[in-house]
Amino acid sequence: MAEEKKIIRKKIQATDQMNKIMADYFYDLNEASTTGSRKVAWCTSVGPAELLRAMGFAVHFPENHAAMLGATRMSTDLIPEANAIGYSPDICSYLTADIGSYITGKTPLAMAFEGIKSVPRPDVLVYNTNQCRDVQDWFSWYSKELGVPSIGVTSPKNLTDVTDAHIDDVTRQIEALVPQLEEISGERLDMERLRETVALSRECTELWKQVLETATARPAPLTFFDGTIHMGPAVVLRGTRQAVDYYKVLLAELERRIEDGVGAVEDEAIRIYWEGMPVWGRLRQHSELFSNLRANVLASTYCSSWIFQAFDAKDPFRSMARAYLELFIVRSDEYKEKYIREMLEKFDIDGIIYHDAKTCPCNSNSRYGMPQRLEAETGIPSLVISGDLNDLRCVSDEQTKTNVEAFIEQIEEGE
Amino acid sequence: MSEPVYVGLDLGASRTKVVIIDSGKRLIGHAVKKTGTDFAATALSCLEASLKMAGKSREDIAHAVSTGYGRANVSFITEESKTEIGCIAKGCHHYFPEAITIIDIGGQDNKIIKVDRDGRRSSFKMNRKCAAGTGAFLEEMAVRLDIPLEELDQLARQSEDMVKLGSYCTVFSATEVLENIRHGRKLPDIVKGLFYSVIKRVLEMDSRTHKVVMTGGVVANNPYIVEMAEELLGEPVLLPEFPQLAGAIGAALYALDNKK
Repeated sequence: MAEEKKIIRKKIQATDQMNKIMADYFYDLNEASTTGSRKVAWCTSVGPAELLRAMGFAVHFPENHAAMLGATRMSTDLIPEANAIGYSPDICSYLTADIGSYITGKTPLAMAFEGIKSVPRPDVLVYNTNQCRDVQDWFSWYSKELGVPSIGVTSPKNLTDVTDAHIDDVTRQIEALVPQLEEISGERLDMERLRETVALSRECTELWKQVLETATARPAPLTFFDGTIHMGPAVVLRGTRQAVDYYKVLLAELERRIEDGVGAVEDEAIRIYWEGMPVWGRLRQHSELFSNLRANVLASTYCSSWIFQAFDAKDPFRSMARAYLELFIVRSDEYKEKYIREMLEKFDIDGIIYHDAKTCPCNSNSRYGMPQRLEAETGIPSLVISGDLNDLRCVSDEQTKTNVEAFIEQIEEGE
Repeated sequence: MSEPVYVGLDLGASRTKVVIIDSGKRLIGHAVKKTGTDFAATALSCLEASLKMAGKSREDIAHAVSTGYGRANVSFITEESKTEIGCIAKGCHHYFPEAITIIDIGGQDNKIIKVDRDGRRSSFKMNRKCAAGTGAFLEEMAVRLDIPLEELDQLARQSEDMVKLGSYCTVFSATEVLENIRHGRKLPDIVKGLFYSVIKRVLEMDSRTHKVVMTGGVVANNPYIVEMAEELLGEPVLLPEFPQLAGAIGAALYALDNKK
């Protein structure tokens, strides 16, 4: 451990192409917002984006914006602005960072993309509480502030099995959004267009799954940290041709790496599974921390959460409902543990790291005894690190480093 | 060059510990100093003192390993480092070669480390962000109560009616202490309450599966804490000869194992 030699991390060549389609996406949103050429909908990350896109909305994802605030480390300065108006430092730091960004008028979009001055102004806010209640509270604040409607789906939670009753419920809720959205957009829903959008989302999801599964190779051609960046199109452009085309390029590159025996981490020795959110403001540091220990964090629940295999163009509404319900975060610990056990086996994992994110209880699965249960069942050691997705006031770099180094030592010495 | 020796340097957040062992794993020199702000100077000073005690010189050092928060700051002595978790485990297994649960109470953090009978770590936990239950907590409280740190142990032993402190936040605990002072509670009762709070915070971090070994500066300087822990656990606690040196000894043992 603590090798002085810096391990080289391989850059993914397709990154430039991804940056281009992400830039096009943000400029398109900006145009819709500033010219009024199209209505703008804000949508939670696993909200009914397919429906919104099929109805002609330009779709903005505040969680994506919040992650950008985290990755640029702007969030820690902005969160206190929301704290000061009554939004506690203990609640979702995506919410507080994003509201802080609005209050101060500071956004990474304006810094990264010339000509963009602000986040696109919404005509409607559409949530799905399948992730957590905070998304509804988040949109509720903007609804009052901007005078736009906030509508959405209130999802069942903690499901072991997704039943017809759950799907009926969510299907009806999604269908009930249509008249309101038609009124805002001024357009009738075209079912054929919805089918096409759902089909593209399905295609995107299949390709993204294949991209992530390239990490079953030894050495793995990508890392979790690469995944958090390259999932961008799967998050903001699902249901579009651009996302599908991009993942074909990325997949081809990763498959070439496998053929050539090229690993994302030089001389990969230890394979780690990451459970929980990334620490956005520490992606590079964490990536280097692991790669310098010849450890590759190569699979995660987080990146895999944008795999929706239920999408079916033949039955768009019900399949959307099923896809949004089958999501890991919606499920019970019984289901989650089975899922993680399968992932550990599939990716041949040596250790699990749980990120206990201070402000994100729904993505912190270490709080109800899961690490202990899974460790007892699988014999695979685990480590819980304290931190946060966006609020770096909750992060101790030195403690993280010592914990991770000690964990890798433990795995190496146990082998 | 006389008989080669092996050095372990533990640059902790609060104290720097250096030990010298010979090839028979015997402890022949050691020193402890406040770490301060110049890690390298303190480490060097401890190293010189340890070598003097061992009757050795720098030329006799066959290999050295560093550990602790400042482990990367002594590359002029050694480039090999290990985490303090690994070193404490190795140091304790040397003294107690059986399955053990180690409770280390350090200046900046606490650790519970489980080691199997072959010396392999099966798990470890460090305290979360909060300092409650660490040496830093006792240092902060000693300052607030205007008591020299080294007098805490004797004061706690004089307690007849311990004050109970409920919070796991250092700031809240300080407020509780102030409240007890305001209500006229005796100093020894408050200090024993602080000790009790430290033990409770540490024990609630993890389960104990085997015999308990305690290490760290807080344990070394406040033996009453060990007695209180034994009472709470309902079983005797094992202590290495120098509880504060466990990490440094582990580092020296790694140095011996990894000699070129």
